[in-house]
Amino acid sequence: MADNEENKKGKASTNEEGVDPTRRRFIKNTGFVIGGVAGGSLLGGLFTSQGSKKDEVKEDDSAKATPTEARMFFERYEDFVVLEQATERILPKDDSGPGAIELGVPYYIDKQMAGTWGINGTDYRQGPFVTKEPTIDQSSLTRGQIMISGIRKMNEESKKRFDVSFDEAEEDQQIEILTAFESSEIKMYGANAGSFFGLLRELTIEGAYSDPLYGGNRDMAGWKMKEFPGAVPSYGDIIEQEEFVKKDPVSLTSYQQKS
Amino acid sequence: MAEKLDKVDVVIVGSGWAGGTAAAELSKEGYDVVCLERGKDHSTKDFIGAKDELRYSRRREMFQDLSKETLTIRNELDEVATPHRSNETNSINGTDTGGSGVHWNGQIYRWLPTDFELRSKTIEKYGEDIIPKDMTMQDWGITYEEIEPYYDKFEETIGVSGEQDPLRPKMSRPFPNPPMKETATMALFKETTKEMGYHPYHMASANMSQQYENPDGETINACAYCAFCEQYGCDFGAKADPIVTVLSTARRHDNFELRNNSYVVRILHENGRATGVRYVDTQTGLEYDQPADLVVVGGYTFTNTRLLLLSEVGKPYDPVANTGVIGRNLTTHFANLTHLRVRGFFDDKKFNRYAGAGALGTTMDDFNVEQLDHTKHDFLHGFIIRSTQLGSRPINNNFVPEGIPTWGQEFKDKSLFYTNRNIDIQQQNGVLGWRYNYMDLDPTYKDVFGDPLLRVTAKIHDQDRNIVRYAHQKSKEILEKMGADHITVPEITDETEFDHTSLGDHTAGGVIMGSDPETSAVNNYSQLWDMENVFVLGASSFPHNSSSNPTNTVGALAYRATEGMIEYLKGDGGLLVEAKATKNV
Repeated sequence: MADNEENKKGKASTNEEGVDPTRRRFIKNTGFVIGGVAGGSLLGGLFTSQGSKKDEVKEDDSAKATPTEARMFFERYEDFVVLEQATERILPKDDSGPGAIELGVPYYIDKQMAGTWGINGTDYRQGPFVTKEPTIDQSSLTRGQIMISGIRKMNEESKKRFDVSFDEAEEDQQIEILTAFESSEIKMYGANAGSFFGLLRELTIEGAYSDPLYGGNRDMAGWKMKEFPGAVPSYGDIIEQEEFVKKDPVSLTSYQQKS
Repeated sequence: MAEKLDKVDVVIVGSGWAGGTAAAELSKEGYDVVCLERGKDHSTKDFIGAKDELRYSRRREMFQDLSKETLTIRNELDEVATPHRSNETNSINGTDTGGSGVHWNGQIYRWLPTDFELRSKTIEKYGEDIIPKDMTMQDWGITYEEIEPYYDKFEETIGVSGEQDPLRPKMSRPFPNPPMKETATMALFKETTKEMGYHPYHMASANMSQQYENPDGETINACAYCAFCEQYGCDFGAKADPIVTVLSTARRHDNFELRNNSYVVRILHENGRATGVRYVDTQTGLEYDQPADLVVVGGYTFTNTRLLLLSEVGKPYDPVANTGVIGRNLTTHFANLTHLRVRGFFDDKKFNRYAGAGALGTTMDDFNVEQLDHTKHDFLHGFIIRSTQLGSRPINNNFVPEGIPTWGQEFKDKSLFYTNRNIDIQQQNGVLGWRYNYMDLDPTYKDVFGDPLLRVTAKIHDQDRNIVRYAHQKSKEILEKMGADHITVPEITDETEFDHTSLGDHTAGGVIMGSDPETSAVNNYSQLWDMENVFVLGASSFPHNSSSNPTNTVGALAYRATEGMIEYLKGDGGLLVEAKATKNV
């Protein structure tokens, strides 16, 4: 994942040198021999990216990557980078600690969308459904489908307003678009835009502060910021204390019984 | 074609506090008892290591699978109801062995003497004119003195830890366990409210202040204050739930059987008598008829009401004609009104808010129904005020003072800063019945078996808005005295309405108790007026919702009902209480 340290916006670089091991691996492995399966958009993206930056190929850091950090729901990279930027605007990196991207929130959301919840597995799904700008729960679309619809609409809106894709837009421009979604000023397919924004916001917070087993809250950095101790068997020792007691967090990886 | 099983003495629908309590008492008496639970089997083993906010609090692991069945909701009679589709917007019904009694917090209150005779006492004090038109306020057909021994019995079973409320009637004996520990925020609340002339006391708890053995010989462990209680099963067997108490007792007897994954679809009856129930094995899809001499319906409010309506047992309530009873007097502690909280933010004080227990708190009755002069207020009944420390978990605890954005950099900084610097004060008010707040069967939407869903029709009234506004002002005054630097009071306008996602988990009514069969479905033994070998237990029997939590009253009435069942089974049958025509409503 992107290391945001040098990026004052807290944005994951998408066309800067730090972030594109995927592309570089692609280049390395294919040696530019593009078969029929390689899509034009990727090729286009590659050349655009190459054009904007000199190709000083960095060391392949795939060995360091977390194997669970690959997409299982979002098929298009161009959707995923929009998601990354949107979550980072909701919970940005700043002096208080890492932002959504560094916390692994986008991968958390990807996993949630791919699971039972993303397909509304335990929801009542018989029609008729509300058809006019439904809330997320009343939509005939699943949460996963609404997520794709909303993300693409954000991108479309960015191109319309600012002539750049959402992930390439300036921070202020991204905030403007998110605000327009939040107030339902924008109309999108499948759900009320404000309700979609609510979903995005809640998922971002969940990804930052849920147990790391779900793919977010990387290294418990979310809990450290929040001074939340995690899974602690007992607070019997401090429950009556008046002073605040700061504890190092414990995740379920350590708490649950293991063989 | 349903397969017919061997007859038993008693079949019970549901294994929560209502069904589970009946199961224990009837099994002890030697009756052959089968308890049908729609959900899966689970036990304390399943709760070890379950400190997972996402899975339990957000994805609502312990709640009903709505893909099989839900309910539909509307405000007005001429409106098309929409289904409650997702537990995400609002989780109401528990499921699996032990029902909602497993994921509860364990907050324990008795209801007040006035509650059981609400109509008579209101008229006695203020005259009939104080009761608004279309408010279906009524007596329960039982008095506090009659129910007190059953409160006592349930409190002994679940090992209540607590102290006498200074403003309520003196209990016949103290709670079996001393109160829980006191946190810094509880001490601050207590000290402040005492200075203000109020009467705070330690909230009674079904989390144990010490290890306890109940009269049935069941052990409940001491609470570890681990902060994962509400919406969770207890990691340590330290919260009284049906699994470690009444179901454990029932299971000591060979004449008791708990059948999981058994979804009851009908009460079977012939010539005005129940002959058993029909259920579906949800793992195989096969249907079974379980014959029994006595049918105990002990599910949640919605389950009980719907099962009677689907089975054509009792007269369905018709609010327009004002006839019938099944479905009448739906009341709830509305999530978007009753359970809104006033929150104080402290710039210079920091508390260990991450620690706690489900029923850890300080509460007071100074504004409850018996303390108020209603000629001075624009509402009836009253409210409790409390400050709890359940343990704040990080996904849900991101509160910021008014005027701060809810996302972005300022939100992030402020929500982190105030994580351990905010205290909420909760009011909970009595919610009264209204003619057009009721339940019936939905004409459009069906469950997974093809049966109509239950439809809820409900509106918020000025009564509800007024009482909550007043309670919030009182809460705000307390937070000011406690030294909060910023206080957020939820806005309640005249347009604040029941928003379809705000039925509380304290929902009651539908099969209500009383002394007159014209306005009640069951007598004070929870026996159906219209079918004497059917007993309906649970909050469905409450004619209104009081200002405190319902479980103690569910448990007490379940104990009384089982006494009635045993009398009924031993005797020659018949109604246990003589019906009385009242001029109630």
